[in-house]
Amino acid sequence: MRRTPPKSARDYAPIVYPGIMLVVFFVIPFATMIAVSFFKRNQGAFYTPDFVLDNYARFLTAFFGGVLAFSLFLAIMVAVVCLVVGFPFTFFLVRLKRRAQILWLLSLLSVLSLSEVIIGFAWSTLLSRTAGITNLFVALGLMDRPEALLPGFGAVLTGMVYQALPYTILVLYPSLARLDWSLLEAARTMGASPVKAFFNVVVPVSRNTIVATLIMVFVFALGSYLLPQILGRPRQWTLSVLITDQAIYQSNMPFAAAMAVFLVLIALALVGLTTLIGRREAEA
Amino acid sequence: MSGLVLSEVRKHFGPVHAVEDVSLSVPNGTFVCMLGPSGCGKTTLLRMIAGLEEPTGGSILLDGRDITAVPTHRRELGMVFQSLALFPHLDVTGNIAYAMTIRGVGTAEKKRRVGELLEMVHMAGYGDRSVAQLSGGQRQRVAIARALAVQPKLFLLDEPLSALDAKLREAMQVELRQLQERLGITTIVVTHDQREAMTMADQVVVMGGGRIRQAASPVEIYRHPADAFVADFIGSTNLIPLAVENGTATAFGKPLPGIAAPARDGQMLSVRPEDIILAPAGEGALTGTVAFVRDLGATIETFIDIGGHRLVAASSPRDRPAVNVGDETGLSFHAGNAVVVTA
Repeated sequence: MRRTPPKSARDYAPIVYPGIMLVVFFVIPFATMIAVSFFKRNQGAFYTPDFVLDNYARFLTAFFGGVLAFSLFLAIMVAVVCLVVGFPFTFFLVRLKRRAQILWLLSLLSVLSLSEVIIGFAWSTLLSRTAGITNLFVALGLMDRPEALLPGFGAVLTGMVYQALPYTILVLYPSLARLDWSLLEAARTMGASPVKAFFNVVVPVSRNTIVATLIMVFVFALGSYLLPQILGRPRQWTLSVLITDQAIYQSNMPFAAAMAVFLVLIALALVGLTTLIGRREAEA
Repeated sequence: MSGLVLSEVRKHFGPVHAVEDVSLSVPNGTFVCMLGPSGCGKTTLLRMIAGLEEPTGGSILLDGRDITAVPTHRRELGMVFQSLALFPHLDVTGNIAYAMTIRGVGTAEKKRRVGELLEMVHMAGYGDRSVAQLSGGQRQRVAIARALAVQPKLFLLDEPLSALDAKLREAMQVELRQLQERLGITTIVVTHDQREAMTMADQVVVMGGGRIRQAASPVEIYRHPADAFVADFIGSTNLIPLAVENGTATAFGKPLPGIAAPARDGQMLSVRPEDIILAPAGEGALTGTVAFVRDLGATIETFIDIGGHRLVAASSPRDRPAVNVGDETGLSFHAGNAVVVTA
């Protein structure tokens, strides 16, 4: 690979295309959003260019603080649950025969083809009192009478985990498929039971993948705005729900933009912190 | 009896019979090398001894106790893997202390023992290094120290030196043997390198096609190979097709005095290159044409064509053979140095 710094305009040619794509699809929209977040909202109309901090000021209330805290908490929970379920699953998946692996991966991919709306309504049926899974428990004698499991936090979490799990597994898969199995065998020859070997060899060796997966699912879950509305009470509405509400139903673009910018900043800060902790531990 | 006893151990992977009816007993404190070409089942056999592979049939006994169904982590063994399998997330100390950590050994005792082990493999002071900072030979030593940390009953090594360059490999072979003698630990090494086996082993187990072809001391295997496969695999040898006519053994139509062989088909005479003596044309038991002379400095190899076969004679530079390519030459060997083997 060439290591000399680029000199002429020609040397920059390879990055022109990605550069244009980034500017058109990322920099311009994001800059527009930041700009709008400082605009002044006109009651009954749209907005006029201005530089006011009202939109951010309005955000600094206990109500929005609570919603923000809940949004972050929910996203973290989704990420953790996805990892706790997905990591062992993928660990066993990569040991299956090739055919079985392909079958599993195909069915996981098919879940990705479902829209958030369909997932939401499917789960709302599945968790309902009249047609839900509790009817099955009653038939099996596990419960006395069917119950509604929604709306509520559990239902929101379940739906979002269901939606994010395929991504989790697809991100974990390549790394675990490349895992050196002799590490696990070495641990076993030294007296570690398979479970112990899993926790003190496989997990630490996969730490970078685990951190990357947590961040990805976290960011993914942070943007979810339909499932909390379908499966949750207003108490479980996330900041993304409020942003949608402000932008689409209240026509308050500047405030929606301000919330979105704030959410992005908080998410970036958290991701940065996680990476930093990860690096610090790697050095230790 | 004490020691490791394998009896009629088998391993089938579907239609593939990787290991077939292997019976072997290894007394305590013995250094055994399992030797064979790739795919001969030696690694599978080692993995069954380690419990990493479940035998299809047969049993494995350690000091009289049947361990066939005992899981790996309760077998009290130390193993060095071909890839070494050092834990990348732990430093040298962490790697060596792993087995002790699992057993809940106290910090002070652990520290003392790690120091002792590092000393043993000549790596004192390397405890804080990360595995990535070590050279190939150093990693090797760490892997050995790690496997010996809790004084296992069995020390297993799967092609442990294959990643090292030739010079370091030879040095490590000697070192490993000396270490084993000092510790008196029962050791089984899998290798495809016959020099390695000859250097280290008390007992060499030659495997081919999933079976044990011969199990004996290195010298015994070298001097008295059980069959043509063993003769050919251990060192280099000349396999001379043998015919028996009226009770006399002949090769290439010439009688070979002193060779006693039953009248059977498919027999061959194994003669080591260093046992072949060149003689002036017309003398000696056999006559051939010199095809090529290779002067390696320490030895001189003369390649001789006889009746479509090529034989090799090795001589020391002191009695350099006075032959040139294309010359007719006679050759002979002492009957005592020739072994009749069946293919």
